[in-house]
Amino acid sequence: MSRSDLLALLAGGLFSVGLAVAGMTKPGKVVAFLDVTGAWDPSLAFVMVGALVVYGIAFRLITRREAPVLGGRFQIPTRQDLPPRLFVGAAMFGVGWGLGGYCPGPALTSLGTGASSALLFVPGMLGGMVLFHVWDEAQARKAAEASR
Amino acid sequence: MENFTPVASTLGGILIGLSAAMLMLFHGRIAGITGILAGTVRGVAGDLRWRAWFLGGMVLGGLCLGFANPSFFAMEITRSPVAMLTAGLLVGFGTRLGSGCTSGHGVCGISRFSRRSILATITFIATGVVMATVVTQLLGGTV
Repeated sequence: MSRSDLLALLAGGLFSVGLAVAGMTKPGKVVAFLDVTGAWDPSLAFVMVGALVVYGIAFRLITRREAPVLGGRFQIPTRQDLPPRLFVGAAMFGVGWGLGGYCPGPALTSLGTGASSALLFVPGMLGGMVLFHVWDEAQARKAAEASR
Repeated sequence: MENFTPVASTLGGILIGLSAAMLMLFHGRIAGITGILAGTVRGVAGDLRWRAWFLGGMVLGGLCLGFANPSFFAMEITRSPVAMLTAGLLVGFGTRLGSGCTSGHGVCGISRFSRRSILATITFIATGVVMATVVTQLLGGTV
């Protein structure tokens, strides 16, 4: 196990603790946050505030460095375009999030507890990712053929 | 609002922010769970180890937290197996199509003031609100 492996493991562990302390691993809490007409629980807005303040500052300080501590380079998204798939994809994600009460991080963390809901949700999620990959490659092939 | 937990939720958010900062500081990577997971599933050579260890840390963290304090995973909702599988499918396909989820867009992207991430986050929160409201209010909370 290298230093990089250990630090990634610790970062992942810290992420799961953050999700659990925040209440993101409670599907009922997520649904109570999203269902604004019922007994609304705004707690999860505070998760975002805490994370945005810390990461917003940390990101700017860290990327002043020449390179990451473990070497290589900072890999930061540069895309600026707003294609339909960004919105359609986000909309689909929201529907699944509101239905199942899990977004990807909490689903993986809950998998560790053997929760039956996560045992169904995570394979569904992986299947969705594979399905996307197959569909996306087919789309790319079609586009390549059309431009030939 | 009997379950309102502003302090714990802010603290949890701070820990999430610190974890994302760790990954940027040491590995130079964005802590987007969808992207990390998809990269692992696709198995990009030479770029797999940090992803696998990070995800392993998340699952192992869940295992430890579940033993330490099962109430972290309380408040289950009544959903049929088909509903949970469908939810997973939508989240898997949608987050890939939309290039991110709550962590990559909602935390890391908005922190960078990315226009794409801000608009994606508004979109998934909006459809999440609609879906959760429909299920809870119109369908009586059971699907």
